Amino acid sequence: MAGIPHDHYEPNSKGEKWLHRRLPVVGLMYDTLMIPTPKNLNWMWIWGIVLTFCLALQIITGIVLAMHYTPHVDLAFASVEHIMRNVNGGHMLRYLHQNGASLFFIAVYAHIFRGLYYGSYKEPREVTWIIGILIFVLMMGTAFMGYVLPWGQMSFWGATVITGLFGAIPFVGDAILTWLQGGPAVDNATLNRFFSLHYLLPFLIVGLVVVHIWAFHTTGNNNPTGVEVRRTSKEDAAKDTVPFWPYYVIKDLFALAIILAVFFAVVGFMPNYLGHPDNYIEANPLATPAHIVPEWYFLPFYAILRAFTGDVWVVIAANFLTGGIIDAKFFGVIAMFGAIVAMALAPWLDTSSVRSGKYRPMFKWWFWLLVIDFFFLMWLGAMPAEEPYATLSLIASAYWFAYFLVILPLLGVIEKPLPQPETIEADFEAHKAAKNGGSGAAEATPAE
Amino acid sequence: MIRKITLSALTALGLVAGAAANAAGGAGYVEDYDFSFEGPFGTFDQMQLQRGLQVYTEICSACHGLQYVPFRTLGDSGGPDLPDDQVRAYAEFYEVYDPVIDDFRAALPTDHFPESGLENAPDLSLMAKARAGFHGPYGLGISQLFRGMGGAEYIASLLVNYNGSEREEAGVVLYGNDTYAGGYLAMGPPLWGDDVEYEDGTEATIEQQAQDVAAFLMWTAEPKQNARKEAGFIAVLFLSIFSVLLYLTNKRIWAPLKGKGTTPAE
Repeated sequence: MAGIPHDHYEPNSKGEKWLHRRLPVVGLMYDTLMIPTPKNLNWMWIWGIVLTFCLALQIITGIVLAMHYTPHVDLAFASVEHIMRNVNGGHMLRYLHQNGASLFFIAVYAHIFRGLYYGSYKEPREVTWIIGILIFVLMMGTAFMGYVLPWGQMSFWGATVITGLFGAIPFVGDAILTWLQGGPAVDNATLNRFFSLHYLLPFLIVGLVVVHIWAFHTTGNNNPTGVEVRRTSKEDAAKDTVPFWPYYVIKDLFALAIILAVFFAVVGFMPNYLGHPDNYIEANPLATPAHIVPEWYFLPFYAILRAFTGDVWVVIAANFLTGGIIDAKFFGVIAMFGAIVAMALAPWLDTSSVRSGKYRPMFKWWFWLLVIDFFFLMWLGAMPAEEPYATLSLIASAYWFAYFLVILPLLGVIEKPLPQPETIEADFEAHKAAKNGGSGAAEATPAE
Repeated sequence: MIRKITLSALTALGLVAGAAANAAGGAGYVEDYDFSFEGPFGTFDQMQLQRGLQVYTEICSACHGLQYVPFRTLGDSGGPDLPDDQVRAYAEFYEVYDPVIDDFRAALPTDHFPESGLENAPDLSLMAKARAGFHGPYGLGISQLFRGMGGAEYIASLLVNYNGSEREEAGVVLYGNDTYAGGYLAMGPPLWGDDVEYEDGTEATIEQQAQDVAAFLMWTAEPKQNARKEAGFIAVLFLSIFSVLLYLTNKRIWAPLKGKGTTPAE
């Protein structure tokens, strides 16, 4: 069996042996829970548990909400108010679900940037990375369709704008648009299919999460040093790792409890802080809101979508070279999806042999600039489409692509990495010595 | 590292609210009134809600509706908390259409307030959540963390800040208002002072009536606010205690690995 060598489950009692011969489910659970995990993981390795919790929270609250919700253009808005006013605990369920989406995205972005910094996407974890990106894309689809369901002004106009993007695809755009909306415009048919898909997609995500976990349980977790766990023998492996239970279960639960305390403070004390006031106005196809703004978690990509207007030279060039097939609108759509595709290709674009950003002096700067760029794009996405935001969006979008397409490939060639620790154990011990001995200020020095 | 995470989480929270702030697109002046329901422990002032109900009934309801609000909720504790017989009597003021008898009849407590009677008068049930009074700085919406969303403040400010100017546009008279984005709105000044006579003897100034009705509309928009804050507080309290226990458990579990027989400060 692939993976880090460790003890496997042995059935002891008669009953266990009976079951194990027929269905080794206890063994599977044991191996999953007791998986050897690098012992030097830091606090950025908690997001997986937070994400799993979010998925469960959204599915459980969502199923109950669906019992009281009515997917019809004349009744949807009122049925949400019914949930808020008449259903026992309905207001909490709905606010948990609504803010749960935000927590989900905060966690997923932290998780993704963790992976980008510590090189978690690199060989041999490419499949884990790609599945992760697929989950992220499904999450965005699910969240977008979920936001349409309350049938407020932003629901309706957001749906109109976003489905409209597909209309920009040359030749087949109109057909796809009609197929997506179930008619010539966003209407009852759209609401119904979005409700159906919003219920379906989370279960596809569950399936992909299982595969995601399976993949990284095969390769083993990455860790802050990027150095692999020794697999030469069970004893060597044990020096680099601790079993997931209880070490990381308790650590992750501790982190989760703190994050949930903040989450419940938001839900309890300011549940509408992250939402749009306009969505408390029922959808009206005849009244366009002053600004149509997506939910915060879409803003960086929304900014990229809007950045490429008809007067940008790459757009003009693309338009000319394709004989007008790629116009500004389609270019924007390509850019938005391309921003995610570029990220998905990181395993092959990053040429550095060093995994962790900790030992890459030049990479660090570019990485943190990418993080800043991400938040900057988020802010730009919320601003109206006018100067100076348009130019700034273009610069910020350009950096997003430059990071993946130019900087990552180049850095591997020109950068001189710092020495890495020989083993995880060495890093752990050095860290321990620094913490226990000194004033506790120093980073762990790599062992020679 | 925890500090870093907390910081970035807070930054993210601040940044993302920009979207909300900007979507509302308000530019006018909003006074930051002090309402009893602000903050994590703020609750509705029952007397103020009853006064607000009076202002709504005698003035606003001429044109506006509250279609999502059932009369029976006027008796809910934490809300206006009217006694049952008063709720019943209040509902009977209204006539509602009953499809069963295909005719109008006096409303029962189980019925909802009527919809707006005037075409361009929006329903007010959710108005206090459909407007954000505060947006800054730079459209980031961070101020909402400290001042609240400002929906009730917006409504109260709008009612107070008519500036007396008028403008005619396509045969419709618009009224100048320093709070309304765009400066002119179709609704004429509804409050002039002493428009209602409060039963509890409160002086019915324009500001007083505006704040009372704004508080009432905050309640119609968020009738479960008290229960929500209570649930939030209990959850935060429980999770805080739970996280301390988990912290100690975690520390104990890792101590042998980290070579800490005793317990030095983290």
